[in-house]
Amino acid sequence: MATSFQSALQNLRETKVWKSIFRRGPANTNRTRSLAIFGNLFLHWMPVKVREKSLRMRASYYLGSISFILFIVLFVTGIFLMFYYHPAAPNAYRDMKDLQFVVSNGVFLRNLHRLAAHLMVFAVFWHMFHVFYRGGYKPPHEFNWVVGVLLLLVTLFLSYTGYLLPWDQLAFWAVTVGTNIISAMPFIGHKVRFLLLGGNIVGENALLRFYVLHIVILPLFAFVLIGIHFWRVQKDGGLTVKPKDEDGKE
Amino acid sequence: MEKNKIETAFSSDAKKEPRRVVFVTKKTSAKVVGERGPQLMTFPHLLIREAIAFQVLVIAMVVVALFWDAPLEQLANPLLTPNPAKAPWYFLGLQELLHFFPPFVAGILIPTLVVIALIVIPYFNVNIEGRALWAYHPAQHLRTMLIIVLILLAFLAVFHAWTIFAPTALVATLLVLSYTGRQAERGWLKSLGSKPLSWWIMTWFIAVSVCLTAVGTFFRGPGWSWVWPWGSHAG
Repeated sequence: MATSFQSALQNLRETKVWKSIFRRGPANTNRTRSLAIFGNLFLHWMPVKVREKSLRMRASYYLGSISFILFIVLFVTGIFLMFYYHPAAPNAYRDMKDLQFVVSNGVFLRNLHRLAAHLMVFAVFWHMFHVFYRGGYKPPHEFNWVVGVLLLLVTLFLSYTGYLLPWDQLAFWAVTVGTNIISAMPFIGHKVRFLLLGGNIVGENALLRFYVLHIVILPLFAFVLIGIHFWRVQKDGGLTVKPKDEDGKE
Repeated sequence: MEKNKIETAFSSDAKKEPRRVVFVTKKTSAKVVGERGPQLMTFPHLLIREAIAFQVLVIAMVVVALFWDAPLEQLANPLLTPNPAKAPWYFLGLQELLHFFPPFVAGILIPTLVVIALIVIPYFNVNIEGRALWAYHPAQHLRTMLIIVLILLAFLAVFHAWTIFAPTALVATLLVLSYTGRQAERGWLKSLGSKPLSWWIMTWFIAVSVCLTAVGTFFRGPGWSWVWPWGSHAG
């Protein structure tokens, strides 16, 4: 049965329509497998070949991939959540209750978004520390490390701005505690805090500003930086393979 | 042709690759870099692994999300301050710092310095080959390190910052152990003894961050007093 399925797939790949979409037939030679990467808009930033050692678990634990997968999950669940959300007080809180009691699978949707958000913060930190210990910041990877640090900051801000959106006690006081720290900035502290909150306290304006940051501005930054980050991995010659790995010793 | 493995259903892999012969840095002479090992085609070898990572992760998250509900407390009320009011977990390390140092130092100065330090890491072109801290002048290096560590510990003790003191003391102990065991033939002492200074600084930073975050998350109660996570208290 597997064979008949495979031959059916093979026949499909030989069709005119398949070739018109993917710009190639079946990827069964090194040439067509290269085409599969650089002839595809969504994959063309990847290298055509990768070192076998960089595919091993200990080379990366796939932490960068995991961070990106979590970002995609957050993007999709976030769009679904936007259909049920009003960034206004106290409507935002009522929307949370609606998710709980009215919307089909609403709680599940929110659980998944929240879980992925916490995991992403965790994965991005872990990714950074792992890259450091592998020496992945060394030339020629310097700038990509800097992009990575910026991505860590964007991730933290994304998570933090999302934290306010349920508009419950937990959200309100967590953001109050956090934004009070900004006032400690010399000279401009109160002004920066006012700019962020749209007022002197965490209120309706703050909710709207955090919402816009959370769903438009920060994701836009994240997408651009992720693009640069991935593209630079390829341009800088792939993952760092340590001399120890090169000797063939484990 | 073997059919049981997805990857072997495809034809041969890349056999040739451009070879780097020498790697020259400012401080080292030309150094021959060994073979970088065989290469595989991204399609399908890397893509199949990414796809598996995606599926495993999403399935695991769906299972957890089915059973673990996101918390939802009462409607936000500016007049009712919970005690303690806590930030999200990844900022609780900073909140713990606020307990010891003035807001400007804990909330602005230290985070800014940490971010700057992280950004400039790759631009310090010192010790690019990762030479061990004890490789040259070990006694002199140990003396310098001990002086720095003792000043740091004294400073932390003055501020009663015991949750920073403890991980710092732990890493310092490991540092001294690695000095005494630097000539070990094998085992964890040998591996510790071969670590460069940058490794020690990052490990210290991670140890302090993890300790502060864990304490802030699990061990702080009303008025930021010490509580045990298994003890019950009227919050």
